[in-house]
Amino acid sequence: MAAPDHAVLAVASVGVRLGGRQVLDDVSFSLGAGEFVGLIGSNGAGKTTLLRVILGLQASTGQVTMGGAAGTSRRGLIGYVPQKIHLDPDMPVRARDLVGLGLDGQRLGLPLPSRRKRLLADEMLTAVDATRFADQRVGSLSGGEQQRVMIAHALISRPQLLLLDEPLANLDISSAQEIIALLAKICREQQVSVLISAHEMNSLLPVMDRIVYMAGGRAASGTTAEVIREDVLSKLYGHHVDVLNVHGRVLVVAHAGEGFEILAGDDATAEPAHPDHQADEAGQ
Amino acid sequence: MTAIFAPGFFGSSPVHVALAVGGISALVCGVVGTFTVLRGQSYAGHALADISVTGGSASFLANISPLWGFAGTGVLAAGVMDMIGAGQQRGRDLATGIVRGAGLGLAALFLFWASTSTSTTGSAVTILFGSMFTIAPGTLPLVAAFGLPALIIVAVLFRPLVLSSVSAELAAARGVRVRFAGLACLIAIALAVSLAAISIGAILSTALLVGPAAIALRLTRSPGRATVAAAVIGVAATWIGILLAYDSFDWPPSHNGWPVSFFIVVLIFLGYLGVQFAGRRQRAG
Repeated sequence: MAAPDHAVLAVASVGVRLGGRQVLDDVSFSLGAGEFVGLIGSNGAGKTTLLRVILGLQASTGQVTMGGAAGTSRRGLIGYVPQKIHLDPDMPVRARDLVGLGLDGQRLGLPLPSRRKRLLADEMLTAVDATRFADQRVGSLSGGEQQRVMIAHALISRPQLLLLDEPLANLDISSAQEIIALLAKICREQQVSVLISAHEMNSLLPVMDRIVYMAGGRAASGTTAEVIREDVLSKLYGHHVDVLNVHGRVLVVAHAGEGFEILAGDDATAEPAHPDHQADEAGQ
Repeated sequence: MTAIFAPGFFGSSPVHVALAVGGISALVCGVVGTFTVLRGQSYAGHALADISVTGGSASFLANISPLWGFAGTGVLAAGVMDMIGAGQQRGRDLATGIVRGAGLGLAALFLFWASTSTSTTGSAVTILFGSMFTIAPGTLPLVAAFGLPALIIVAVLFRPLVLSSVSAELAAARGVRVRFAGLACLIAIALAVSLAAISIGAILSTALLVGPAAIALRLTRSPGRATVAAAVIGVAATWIGILLAYDSFDWPPSHNGWPVSFFIVVLIFLGYLGVQFAGRRQRAG
């Protein structure tokens, strides 16, 4: 895995130990300008911890650099969409307000009305197709609508890198597809790099330039053709796994006792398949 | 005119003090209360009110303005609550509950001493339920001095507080020092509660803190407008309450006047019922 010369983000040998457990172990990968990269792994694989390290919210060993400069504040260069947050429907924060806070939410003092800020917020709301509900309270919006607002919030500061933590979780299939298409479009048109974490990779396969596949705190990265292979993933998991192509879906499967366990490619990732369910899944 | 403003209303010095102290308290409570509700810290507000009773009753024994006691214990308790319950919401509620119980226990002792050692049997009623027309005129500068820092905290931290009430994680990722902002907000709540306590009593103080804010959050959609609306609603309820209490000196049963706190709390409660009812009709229709 050779790092591109113009890497927007370079993660080198990052390790994190929490409570005696190695949550991240020698994770290295890099992200080029305008690349769409999926951070794939089951729950507990270390995806959120890795995103927190990149954001500077979690101390780690190893190095994270952005735009070539080491150690400097990365916050201005990153737009962040956190995992599903619960918003009170009565909270008096309009979609428009939340997008504006992406520009100056950390600033002190009272916010003064600004024409520039208003126009920028309008532009972002249009970019994510959220003008219809711009003046509604964010808490009253659907999951997919809230994700659009969060993406506009993350984009308004013109970041080089968009980090999204499981933005597709809790969305129905068609909303998830819309969000993926929107992100791919933003990535292409605004030349912003996207790093999106997900436990399900199949919906992202058509749009991913590269993949960072995580298991047990370790990562393998490259194009999907380079990573989603039996030898690479078996090495990553530390035991033999099969990569199957079932009805156009990629499944990563391991032997588990008498039966097998689907490690990736199905929504029920980390859960060992129950013998009764195996028949169902084989039949699908 | 005299049907609304009973003769002597504008000439009475206790009324002037009540209007000024009540107005400033309601203004500060409206502004700070909006963020109390926005951040889901109403429970902390209630606890700070209970704990501040300790200081209020102690200052009766020390013969200083109860406002010193209310504000002093409130701010101290805010610090302790932040220290022992900085982690999770659940931890914070538990820590708050324990400090609250201890504070009220001490208050019981101090109020007992105050009522047995002095001839002023009204100390308990004044501390717990307020006595707007008997506030010493010298309290007014003190009210302004305690209210101003609370307003400054909210003004300076306005955007970080809104952002971290949407998501603490999101705020932290943007470089907001979430814990520091939370502590500063808690101190502002303690100061606002102490002003409400001197006006309408420690037990009722959260009505002035949380009530106008809850009404304003129903009526408005942006944090800025909600803050202004809460302040206006709070001041209006307080001033109308003072007026009604002044008028009530002619009312039965005793022709001694009804307590100001009663009118203010009832007005806020009716306002809240009104917007709740209107909101439900709107949603149903």
